[in-house]
Amino acid sequence: MLRISCPWCGEREEIEFSYGGQAHVAYPKDPHAVSDDDWAQYLFMRDNPKGLFLERWVHAHGCRRWFNMARHTVTHEISAVYKPGEPPPAGGK
Amino acid sequence: MSNAMRIAGGRVDRKKPLAFTFNGKRLQGFAGDTLASALLANDVRLVARSFKYHRPRGMLTAGNEEPNALVQLERGPYTEPNLRATEIELYEGLEASSVNCFPSVDFDLRAINGLASSILVAGFYNKTFMWPKGFWKKVYEPAIRKAAGLGIAPDAPDPDTYDRMHWHCDVLVVGAGPAGLSAALEAGRQGVRTVLVEEASEAGGSLLQRPAEIEGIKGAEWAARAVRELEALPNVLFLRRTSVFGYYDHNYLMAVERRTDHLGPGRTDGVARKRLWHFRAGRVILATGAHERPIVFGNNDLPGILLANAACTYATQYGVSLGKVGIAFVNNDQGLSLALDTHEAARNIALIVDVRADPGEAMIKRAISLGVRILRDSVVVCAHGGRRVSSVDIQPTRGAGMVRATCDHLLVSGGLSPAVHLYSQATGALRFDEKLACFLPDTCRQAVEVAGALNGRFLLDSSIADGKAAGARTLAALGKPVAAAASPALDALNILPLWSVQGMLGLKLPGKHFVDYQNDVTEPDILLASREGFRSVEHTKRYTTTGMATDQGKTSNVIGLAILAGSLGKTIPEVGTTTFRPPFTPVTFGAIAGRDRGSLSDPVRATPMHPWHVENGAVFEDVGQWKRPWYFPKPGEDLHAAVARETKALRTTAGVMDATTLGKIDIQGADAAEFLNRIYTNAWTKLAVGSCRYGMMCKPDGMVMDDGVTARLADDRFLMTTTTGNAARVLDWLEEWLQTEWPELKVYCTTVTEQWATTAVVGPNARKILEALAPGMDFSNAAFPFMTFREGIVGGLQARVFRISFNGELSYEINVPSWHGLAMWKAVIEAGKPQGLTPYGTETMHVARAEKGYIIIGQETDGTVTPDDVGLGWAVSKQKDFIGKRSFARADTSRKGRKQLVGLLPQDKSFVAAEGSHLVASPERSTFDPARGSPSIGHITSSYYSPNLESAFALALIADGRALLGQTVHAVKGTDLKPMTIVDPVFIDKEGKRRDGID
Repeated sequence: MLRISCPWCGEREEIEFSYGGQAHVAYPKDPHAVSDDDWAQYLFMRDNPKGLFLERWVHAHGCRRWFNMARHTVTHEISAVYKPGEPPPAGGK
Repeated sequence: MSNAMRIAGGRVDRKKPLAFTFNGKRLQGFAGDTLASALLANDVRLVARSFKYHRPRGMLTAGNEEPNALVQLERGPYTEPNLRATEIELYEGLEASSVNCFPSVDFDLRAINGLASSILVAGFYNKTFMWPKGFWKKVYEPAIRKAAGLGIAPDAPDPDTYDRMHWHCDVLVVGAGPAGLSAALEAGRQGVRTVLVEEASEAGGSLLQRPAEIEGIKGAEWAARAVRELEALPNVLFLRRTSVFGYYDHNYLMAVERRTDHLGPGRTDGVARKRLWHFRAGRVILATGAHERPIVFGNNDLPGILLANAACTYATQYGVSLGKVGIAFVNNDQGLSLALDTHEAARNIALIVDVRADPGEAMIKRAISLGVRILRDSVVVCAHGGRRVSSVDIQPTRGAGMVRATCDHLLVSGGLSPAVHLYSQATGALRFDEKLACFLPDTCRQAVEVAGALNGRFLLDSSIADGKAAGARTLAALGKPVAAAASPALDALNILPLWSVQGMLGLKLPGKHFVDYQNDVTEPDILLASREGFRSVEHTKRYTTTGMATDQGKTSNVIGLAILAGSLGKTIPEVGTTTFRPPFTPVTFGAIAGRDRGSLSDPVRATPMHPWHVENGAVFEDVGQWKRPWYFPKPGEDLHAAVARETKALRTTAGVMDATTLGKIDIQGADAAEFLNRIYTNAWTKLAVGSCRYGMMCKPDGMVMDDGVTARLADDRFLMTTTTGNAARVLDWLEEWLQTEWPELKVYCTTVTEQWATTAVVGPNARKILEALAPGMDFSNAAFPFMTFREGIVGGLQARVFRISFNGELSYEINVPSWHGLAMWKAVIEAGKPQGLTPYGTETMHVARAEKGYIIIGQETDGTVTPDDVGLGWAVSKQKDFIGKRSFARADTSRKGRKQLVGLLPQDKSFVAAEGSHLVASPERSTFDPARGSPSIGHITSSYYSPNLESAFALALIADGRALLGQTVHAVKGTDLKPMTIVDPVFIDKEGKRRDGID
């Protein structure tokens, strides 16, 4: 059970949050301009690293806002939380 | 004679005798006893039968690691299986019985399993019960289940209550032995929020179990003094009778506190029986002690063979002697001194068999002064006896010369295994210490310290010093440095590793050689697994079931892997340990469920009209957490009859339904229309204020996600409705896109599902009813057309009325603030009386919408269905972009052969197909081979009987179904094939005339 720092509310229990998968997978600006392959990449393909992972979370039972988090998938060490639009920390995948 | 085995001393209160019953026999113990110590005091050795071979078993230990002495406690709703007698505190009137024996523990018919043991080897389930095929379910499984198992579950509801606690602290100390107490004192004195958790009824650990002296006072007194000091500190919480069973990420630990079990069943006196503690600790200090290890030799499981530590505990703490003539079998200093401690209290150790060549001068001197003989360089090879040990064979480690020695009990100490379970759960790494012959905590990424025996400091002085040092390190990490004390060096145990006597001597010895007592795993089982090619300790564990019983192998794991390592020619660290997982000790479901039982297990959502539905006999259906009326039976009606009547009324006179549960989202902001354009497949910019539109939303993959009607309340304000079960999901979906992709849009979404109550008035007479209720409003088609809404006074209440329809009939949905919902419903019922207004539930709603071919999300759709598949291509904009549009150009979504929504009419009008039935094109039958039979070309999504059609009917998704109208398909029903005709999915009023009623 993780302890997560919501960038707006501070430290809270994991049960207050919902998981949103890999971060920084942007919706294509013009989906109709991308190839079928690139569109399939956007729709279906996500990284699953053993190590540092940049992922999306939402404080579902709190402020209900989305944010990004850098978490180590093996140790669960959370090295950064940051708001949407902010740049990811160095070293993230 | 009662308490025949009592000796002087001990911490039991002889002024408080307690009567109890074991296997129907009335016995007596004292306050302060455990069930185990009271049984031993009465010379009851045989308390259980083993799991597989039904061998007689008695107490092996005196603590939480007990593998044998499992009992069933109490009766009726209070009965609890699989409890360790060594942990049950005795109380007046306690009733316990043996588990896993038939007909009785003294005479167990299934002990014959012992004779058949050659087939009950490792993997015996997989090997033996494979043939004949049908026998597993009918013969083998019932017989095995009857023979195995660890007690009987209660068959009545649990009468007790259980609580849940959430607790934050700076320091959590687990274990209140000497190390834990000194660590807690160190932390508590500095004012940090400290919790000390102890699983026994009092603090002290080993201080209670053997003679000890600290700072000039007795160990038990020192512990009591420490607890008094800690409990006086406002920043310290001391929890006794509390077991930490799980150590999770980010220093999250869980424990169960037994608050009333020691008083007996039903004596909770208003207190919750157990509390489940959820701790979030800044730092943790584990002082969980160590478990003594047995040694594997012939018949090492006989009653009367106990660990040395257990024998010493029974003598010192409980004043119980195990017999008159005891022999001890040891390989280390700790075990030897425990045997001597035992002798000091009970004067019953005749001989110590020590595998070592030299036990050391101090030990020898002490033995001599106590008059106990030590036989060096020797091992016990086999024990003998029926229901208790009566003699042992002893042999020198080198050469022959076996002698048989008579005894009535045997003490064993094969070394110490630090209780690394919680540390390991915390993902801490272990290292094998060759000198101590045990696994010790090494490194852990969590904020945790270890102290005492867990940390390889087995002796009292070093344990206390180690606890103090761990406390100091913890305070330093918390930014409160104190004068640092270094941890003392590891104690010298002078252990000569000895896992199995057979293995050591390289001889085959008589008797059964048990490694895991609770799962009846023997040394040959592990060697067999090794011979059969098992190399990984994790695989061997699962194949042999070593360490997989409810004791999680507390006494057996290390021995098992040492034997495996030996047979593989590897070192113990090369083989490694298996993963320890929670719970450390079993936890009851009651404690886990807490107050979340019965009606509190899941929130129940009811509409404001709910009391009326109850009063009028509605049968309810759960839709998510909502209670929705399913149908309103009249006396004598079943579902079928009620739905026939309700459906008929809706199409001939009028029906009324509680539609409150539909999700409602208020969407406001300058960009609200643009937002809906992107979310929904159709266009919203031009929708006039006062009008409504059906909308469908897709996921980016182009598959239908939800649908509903949305009304434009103002230029910058919409009211969206969603399906009942999807309301929260849709709101999350909207928020996600607004926040993460389109933060530039000025849009705000608010759920208003609970704020509005909705009464849907449906049918040819609906207009007359509304006119009677709202004389000030004009309900003519011209003034109030389909897909618009109007505000006005309805039944004396300010209301918003939507003219929308989910059944093809003239229909008005009256929305009022929730607190007026019941009043509005009653007003409608009253006004509808002259018009034959009939309340109907969800089943009729489903039939009526299916008659019109309207889809239900999650029934006609399953995440693989596009708008076009379900015939809603008309609601997809060709001009603007929206979520999912790109995917309609993917090859798979635009290909031929996709399943399309059609209607089905059975040729036998009474045949209501099961929803989900597969459909095949030809009646050629073959169950498995598509080459010989007919493959599935689709499936039925909705299926009902319609009194309006006087026939059963269905909706289905069929490959290229729209091109197959008029053709016959066959619904698979068991081995039958039922012919059905493919038709248009709109069964009633294809022209859509009914929705306007008679103007």
